[in-house]
Amino acid sequence: MREKLIYGLGTIAAVLLARDLYSIFMQLPDEASQGMIYRIIFFHVPAAITAMLCAGVTLITSVGYLLTKNLKYDAISVAVTEVGLAFLAANLVTGSIWGRIIWGIWWTWDARLTSALVCWLLYAGYLMLRRAIEEPTARARISAVFNIFAFVDVPIVIFSIKWWRTQHPQPVFWGGGSIDPAMYLTAVLNLVALILLAVVLALIRLRQEEVQREIDSLRRYAHAV
Amino acid sequence: MDFFRQTLVIARKDLRAELRTKEAINASLAFALVILVLFSFAFDPLEEQTREMSGGLLWIVFAFAGTLVLNRSFAREVPNDCLDALVAAPISGAALFMGKALANFLLVISVELVSLPVFGIFYNVHWTSRIWSLLLVLALGTWGLTVIGTIFSALTVNIRLRELMAPLLVYPMLIPVLMSAMQLTMQLIAGKPLGGENEVWLRLMVAFDVIFTALSLVLLETVLVG
Amino acid sequence: MSAVAAEGVWKFYGDYPALRDVILHADPGACLALIGRNGAGKTTLLRIIGGFSKAGRGQVRIFGNDPRETETRRRVGWIGHGISVYDELSALENLTLFGRLYNLPDPHKSAMEWLERTGLDRVKDGLVREFSRGMRQRLAVARAFLHQPSVLLLDEPFTALDDRAIAVLQRLLREALAEGRTVVMSTHQLREALELATHVALLNRGKVAFHGERTAQMVADPGWVYAHYDEA
Repeated sequence: MREKLIYGLGTIAAVLLARDLYSIFMQLPDEASQGMIYRIIFFHVPAAITAMLCAGVTLITSVGYLLTKNLKYDAISVAVTEVGLAFLAANLVTGSIWGRIIWGIWWTWDARLTSALVCWLLYAGYLMLRRAIEEPTARARISAVFNIFAFVDVPIVIFSIKWWRTQHPQPVFWGGGSIDPAMYLTAVLNLVALILLAVVLALIRLRQEEVQREIDSLRRYAHAV
Repeated sequence: MDFFRQTLVIARKDLRAELRTKEAINASLAFALVILVLFSFAFDPLEEQTREMSGGLLWIVFAFAGTLVLNRSFAREVPNDCLDALVAAPISGAALFMGKALANFLLVISVELVSLPVFGIFYNVHWTSRIWSLLLVLALGTWGLTVIGTIFSALTVNIRLRELMAPLLVYPMLIPVLMSAMQLTMQLIAGKPLGGENEVWLRLMVAFDVIFTALSLVLLETVLVG
Repeated sequence: MSAVAAEGVWKFYGDYPALRDVILHADPGACLALIGRNGAGKTTLLRIIGGFSKAGRGQVRIFGNDPRETETRRRVGWIGHGISVYDELSALENLTLFGRLYNLPDPHKSAMEWLERTGLDRVKDGLVREFSRGMRQRLAVARAFLHQPSVLLLDEPFTALDDRAIAVLQRLLREALAEGRTVVMSTHQLREALELATHVALLNRGKVAFHGERTAQMVADPGWVYAHYDEA
């Protein structure tokens, strides 16, 4: 059942991505001030949104684990966090590339990029914490609590960095402005494609996590005999 | 009330144990002084600019030195399995957390109050012009530092590489409160008052402190027992 | 009502069941010896009874209540593998601390009383880190008995005890049982435990293989239960 889901969603994602790539490179014109590179926004912004959705999902599954003690929730937490972290990294990298092309610098402490970096560090901490705990039940519990703290900190981090940058302005990546309707459709479709991709990756990772759990318990059985 | 009484029992116990050996507090103080000296090599203390960013430097010193004390908080319960005795005792997780946080707060702030004059001397900074506001910022910022440090000390109490893990996890969490404290400290040292533009930082610190204190009070029991 | 009851307790580490459908009880005034090989689940079970961790399935009841309730914790005394007293504090300071944590009416007086009963009154102001091993163990015993618990949970209490400490502990346990308190102890030291026990339970790989009264035969031949009920 899950296999079919993975292939099904993966196919839809691939089709959407192909359509979007065609649209992005073949159909849409260059943007007035930025030239070619603006096309990276079609991945930069959806990646961030996908990562945020992942954070929301892991909060729910972390709380779910603490309430039900069912390790299934813990497996989803780690799978979705890893995928979210990957998308957030993609967001950081695309942002950096854009900055290099437009501003000539690889990094600036722009509010959004800085917030993304700090959030990345927070959730990377989650994965590192899990590495340090071997016993699965303790690992699930401790990392679930950590996840709650991290999630609550995210809006506070974003707000504080935004206000810091309001007081000490720097080059701003992604100035505001509206989006041309033609671009809007592609952007939304790309968002959908990336979300589907995230789901597919999470499902694959989830299966791996469950197999790992089974191996661990078999190992314990073997030791006990 | 039971909660306050138990909190004080735990706080007194931690303070008495720490003050008898003074291990953590000495290490913390020494570390603070060493960082202050090291920074003077990185930045020339005579430059006007250094004086301007000294508020930020100060909180880096406080964060690093404070973490030494905070990590010990639950780690000190591990030898002899004392943590078991505390978990078995009829005190609420909230009281256990509050007692330890209170003791930690007093220890960290005493390190800070000693570092402050030293900092003033080394960097030729007058920090007394708005002393009461500065002490308020010190208290709020230190409480934020303490709360996160204490709960994460509990989170990492039984895990491998505890000494490495805890700081790694704590610092990103602390960014909002450290940033606020740095901004306000820089302003206050420059002679500007609290309020007006600065008020948002103050409110941010209070919000951070309240939110994470509440979260920790509720979740400590879950962390230790399940 | 049982003093201690395990009702269909399962405990999982990941997917591995460390305890499987454990059903046990100890009536008030009983002394239950929990025996079994290493890894059988004795400590795991005891820690769930003591409220240090939660059962995955099923529940534990102490006098009908959840072990984590504050009032229940007040009535339980615990001796685990560690001595659970602070090295940097003196014997008297340690006991007074626990007296306050357990909300005793006169913590200082109770502390002094138990220092005498465990033969530590002369070193009451000595720091625990300066104590000999036997003295530390006796202080651990004092800490557990200090608040007059109705239920005593002991995890391999006789292991690594010197003769004097064993004698003190056995005397105190006998007195406690005579007062109607309940004792549950896990043990490898069959001889010492079986002398005190009224009931015996054998755990084998997380399951209860035997649960019944202690017989004269068991005292005479401590390995009897293992021989008859333990699987290889």
